[in-house]
Amino acid sequence: MTLWWIGDIVLLIVVVPVVVYLLHGVLSAARSIVPSVRQIADVAAAGSKDLDATALLLTTQDQVQQTVAVVANYGGSLDVILDDAS
Amino acid sequence: MPAAGAVLLVIVVLIVLALVYYLVSTILALREITAGLDDVIAGVGEILQKSAPVNDVVTNINENLDAGVELLEGLLVQKAGMDDALGLVDGLYPGAAAAGFRSFPESATTTPPRIGEVYTKGTLTLARLGREAPIAMANPAGPVLRNVEGGSLAARSLYPDGRQERPENLPRSPVIGTDAPVQYEQRDDIGAPRKRLPAR
Repeated sequence: MTLWWIGDIVLLIVVVPVVVYLLHGVLSAARSIVPSVRQIADVAAAGSKDLDATALLLTTQDQVQQTVAVVANYGGSLDVILDDAS
Repeated sequence: MPAAGAVLLVIVVLIVLALVYYLVSTILALREITAGLDDVIAGVGEILQKSAPVNDVVTNINENLDAGVELLEGLLVQKAGMDDALGLVDGLYPGAAAAGFRSFPESATTTPPRIGEVYTKGTLTLARLGREAPIAMANPAGPVLRNVEGGSLAARSLYPDGRQERPENLPRSPVIGTDAPVQYEQRDDIGAPRKRLPAR
């Protein structure tokens, strides 16, 4: 009977606090991840929104091609009009 | 049941209750994390989808711009010469001559003439557009090429009119002296005593 009481005391003083401490640590760690994940989700959404303008790169590509073509034509005309330096 | 057994049972129940509370809370937190990660994955997926063509498009744009730069640099060097072209670029963008031209590695070691110190940007632009101003024809280490006194007239010559609207030269000053082509009679009153007004 005495050993039974000793076991109860050990269980109450040692095992229960250790179990509670460990479970509390796991819960705290899990809860600390939640705001970080939310922030990451917000950043990903903002990044995705910022990339909405990437479709305009196709327009920029066309504009650059047209501009370079015009410059090439202009350069060809200048090549005909102007004398070479040497 | 002995008292010690009842206490043990109560303690075990407490432990189980603690386990239930903390594990359920942990499960709820992990579900929030899962939902958040789903949002993250969706956002990252959109980023990947939107940025997929960026590499090819930007590469294509850069290739076109590089071709344009090579074309313009080649044309400038061909028409103005390496020294003059470098001086022009350095005059428009101070310090740019240090990098030189992409297609002309030897341009990085060429000393650009001081075109920017002598002519304004507008003059440089017009001059290199074919006005053929005599810029940077001398040694860059030499004196300034621009005529300070007649600088405005020199710049005006960069804008040739359709027809000449002003005389080439101003009328020359009249020649005076005994051998002047035009002789004037000497006035009698010059050198004579001043006439006095009558007293009132």
